[in-house]
Amino acid sequence: MTARKIVVTSGKGGVGKTTTTANLGATLAKRGRRVILVDADIGLRNLDLVLGLEKRIVFDLVEVAEGRCQLRQALIKDKRFDSLAVLPAAQTREKDAITAEQFAGIVESAAEGADYVLIDCPAGIETGFRNAVAGATEAIVVTTPEVSAIRDADRVIGKISEAKKPIRLIVNRLRPEMVRSGDMLSVEDVCDVLSVELLGVVPDDEEIIDTTNRGEPIVLNEANRLRAIYEKIARRLEGELVPFTNFENQTLFGRLIGALKAG
Amino acid sequence: MIEFLKRLFGQQGSSATAKERLRLVLMTDHLELAPEMIDAMKRDLVDVISRYVEVDREKIDVSFERQDRTLAMLANIPILAVNRPSPNGSGAAKPAEASAPPSTQAEVPAPAQAEAPPAKPPVRKRRKRKKSQAAAPAPATAAAQ
Amino acid sequence: MAKRGRAIVLTSGKGGVGKTTTTANLGTALARRGASVVLVDADVGLRNLDIVLGLESRVKHHVLDVLDELVEVDDALVPDKHTERLFLLAAAQSREKDEVETAKMQALIGKLRERFDYVLIDSPAGIELGFKNAVVGADEAIVVCTPEVAAVRDVDRVVGLLGNRFRPQLVINRLRPQLVRKGKMLSVEDVNAILRLPLLGVIADEPEIIVTTNRGEPLALNAATPTGAAYHAIAARLAGEDVAAPMPPAAKVSLFERIGSMLGGKRR
Repeated sequence: MTARKIVVTSGKGGVGKTTTTANLGATLAKRGRRVILVDADIGLRNLDLVLGLEKRIVFDLVEVAEGRCQLRQALIKDKRFDSLAVLPAAQTREKDAITAEQFAGIVESAAEGADYVLIDCPAGIETGFRNAVAGATEAIVVTTPEVSAIRDADRVIGKISEAKKPIRLIVNRLRPEMVRSGDMLSVEDVCDVLSVELLGVVPDDEEIIDTTNRGEPIVLNEANRLRAIYEKIARRLEGELVPFTNFENQTLFGRLIGALKAG
Repeated sequence: MIEFLKRLFGQQGSSATAKERLRLVLMTDHLELAPEMIDAMKRDLVDVISRYVEVDREKIDVSFERQDRTLAMLANIPILAVNRPSPNGSGAAKPAEASAPPSTQAEVPAPAQAEAPPAKPPVRKRRKRKKSQAAAPAPATAAAQ
Repeated sequence: MAKRGRAIVLTSGKGGVGKTTTTANLGTALARRGASVVLVDADVGLRNLDIVLGLESRVKHHVLDVLDELVEVDDALVPDKHTERLFLLAAAQSREKDEVETAKMQALIGKLRERFDYVLIDSPAGIELGFKNAVVGADEAIVVCTPEVAAVRDVDRVVGLLGNRFRPQLVINRLRPQLVRKGKMLSVEDVNAILRLPLLGVIADEPEIIVTTNRGEPLALNAATPTGAAYHAIAARLAGEDVAAPMPPAAKVSLFERIGSMLGGKRR
């Protein structure tokens, strides 16, 4: 049985695709799943950096596509986990260095030896995006509760829906205190507008910057609350019904989200 | 700082403003992305109105306009002829309309609204907005609201 | 037509660092200082410059309508709600970036330069065709970077791609002085040391930016706010005035503190 192939995308850049891919992947690996992370952002790779693996890159995605090496030679095993490997993007090439078919083929090969292949999608809706989506059978759309991000997420959701792949939403960088003071859209607002099944809500955490600086996914930090949040997301991804943490003190929140999940 | 801005820009929390703007901008975005749906909607609209008055199908113009806090669809449908009212109620022309100039804003209130759903905030129907989707995002009122 | 305005592309590589916010605010500041400014949204399919300016309901035509010669430039220019002399040329939302012909885009920017003191081009994220089309008509570049390793790395790559035609200037956005002091965020000096670009300005991360985007009212409308002042100073610098780059007050760290953190802190 081959892996679930999930693209993590957003449209808008900088909302947390790479951070989500890294942390969700790490969490799934901690749960014993075999996880392969693929960086589809050719030319602007960052998944390696976020995981602190940048010094261990030998081969990359494009070289695999061009047949200059085997997939397993390019995969970097993350030593902090039993079953997490990363396929880095090429840095000095362009997105058209690889076709959608080639990319999908590589993801297929990766899927044979894994339970999950998570694809870190580049920002935008151009070739890089199309290639990344071509490799996947499901999508996680990441957005922040901000107007531009939601608008872009909407566009991307529309495009992926055309390809008829199931989509679930992660609302990232929520600031509950700003929601309470009426200065930020709530999760409910976002779900209202986008009408997509909610997979997770991740609050803003300034520690993320530090962890990226050090190349250590935040879920390795037992003291950080995001670790438990990503655990919940992983469990939901695997089909469990896990209640959403109520960050905002909205009494209708739980029921609404429950209704959305059921729908 | 946020307090200062609240005083400067009014008391309503900015998230309420944001949500409203987002709702409207997504409606406009979706309409832009669905030209086939708009064509189908135009055809259906004209078919319905043609049951009551004779229209110039070549010169129909449909556009969408932001009006205050909603999006409205404006249809300009030139009327070529209005039949004499018949016993069974078709050709429902008030005498005023019968003498109206041939090309006019389709402000014929009665027939259009008898068919069109009552004006209400657009349904935020999503996702399956393919060509034949009849979940029209904008209220299909023929009259300028 | 002797007038030759300045055509400046704002780009970054990494998305979400503040290109659009910077374009909107810088344009506002420049126009409020008396220049005529047109903002061009080059992010076809994912337009946001309109919504950041609060003009989303006023866009009737877009760049592709002009490039396809369906309308004149004048019909597509949207006057700003708040600031005179400021105009928006919006991107198409339902089209694709590869529908823009590079040569036509270049010609359009050339035409706009004849009419405006400044043409600011908001580049999409990435380095694909959208980026290339944003760059083609410009002869100056501003790169926007946040003090984070991924963003710095991407800017570095973009500067390389921009090539010799440009001498990009740097805007550092979303600085959080408290985190810098704790050694948890790159400092302005760190970023400068890696990128070695002329520094146009530094903007601190403020929650108000989210609020003002919610409302569609750029912060530069109020030069009295710290962020507004920062954008006005950037505008002044861009115009060639000799202005001390405004550092967010809390970022002025004493030498003692800096030595201390260099000795004891973990810096990347």
